[in-house]
Amino acid sequence: MTVTLSDYLVVSALLFGVGIYGLMTKRNAMRLVFSVEILVNAANINFIAFNRYLWAPAVGQTAVLFSIALAAAEAAVILAIVVVAYRVHDDVDVSELKNLKG
Amino acid sequence: MVDATDAAFIGLTVVTIAGAISALEAKEIIYGAVGLAASFFGVASLFFLLDSPFVAVFQITVYVGAVAVLVLFTVMLVREGRWFGDSMGPAASFAALLTVAALVFSLVTSFFAAGLSAAPEQATAPSFLGIGQLLTGHYAPVFEVLALVLAASVLGALTLAKVDRPGKSDPMAKADAADQKEVTGGA
Repeated sequence: MTVTLSDYLVVSALLFGVGIYGLMTKRNAMRLVFSVEILVNAANINFIAFNRYLWAPAVGQTAVLFSIALAAAEAAVILAIVVVAYRVHDDVDVSELKNLKG
Repeated sequence: MVDATDAAFIGLTVVTIAGAISALEAKEIIYGAVGLAASFFGVASLFFLLDSPFVAVFQITVYVGAVAVLVLFTVMLVREGRWFGDSMGPAASFAALLTVAALVFSLVTSFFAAGLSAAPEQATAPSFLGIGQLLTGHYAPVFEVLALVLAASVLGALTLAKVDRPGKSDPMAKADAADQKEVTGGA
């Protein structure tokens, strides 16, 4: 048995499933941040695996470098929003944060 | 027959998935943050297995080194006891589980139906040289814009975090004032 491309894709699909499950069931803003980061990682595994098996130039790896940098920037902004929500609201339950609701 | 690569792959898969699940399901959210870091580390090791050492090290530096630490600090800043029950009810969890099972099942069956298992590895792994040439050549404009996005996001995060809570004075300012009084009182 050797590890094939589909094995990596299965791992990525499982990780994606865990992330989607978290997005659907959690109400705590921090858990939602965790879910989004897990989703980004699942997508990155796909990029690297396809790059290794189907395409010789390093395009997939370069895309993952950009993706990781963007995810880091996004995490910084989301965590700042969470901290502000906590300071203003004393809570980070997303079903309680209704200040923007019309 | 299971050789070293297969064993490593299976072990890393378990670490990655178990870390992700514990990030979402750990009772205490700070253990969840540690599980998330473990999951990031597992993904980085999978990148090593895929002959992508540069991206793997980048993943460890940025995710395990920066994002996980940032998440840990935020969790410690906003931690509260009543977070223990932060999920929807059991009915919603069951519905979500069914949806996710259907999603993963359809993804996995489509992977195998596409015959991707037969695809052989490329003879040469993508090299550092290739990444560098793409970053400074074809994707140089993207690289520049990404630098601007990073700078903007850091500025945005700083501006956001400066908002004061209405009706409560800043505890840091109060502590500074107390220090000031102590100093002038002693003099």
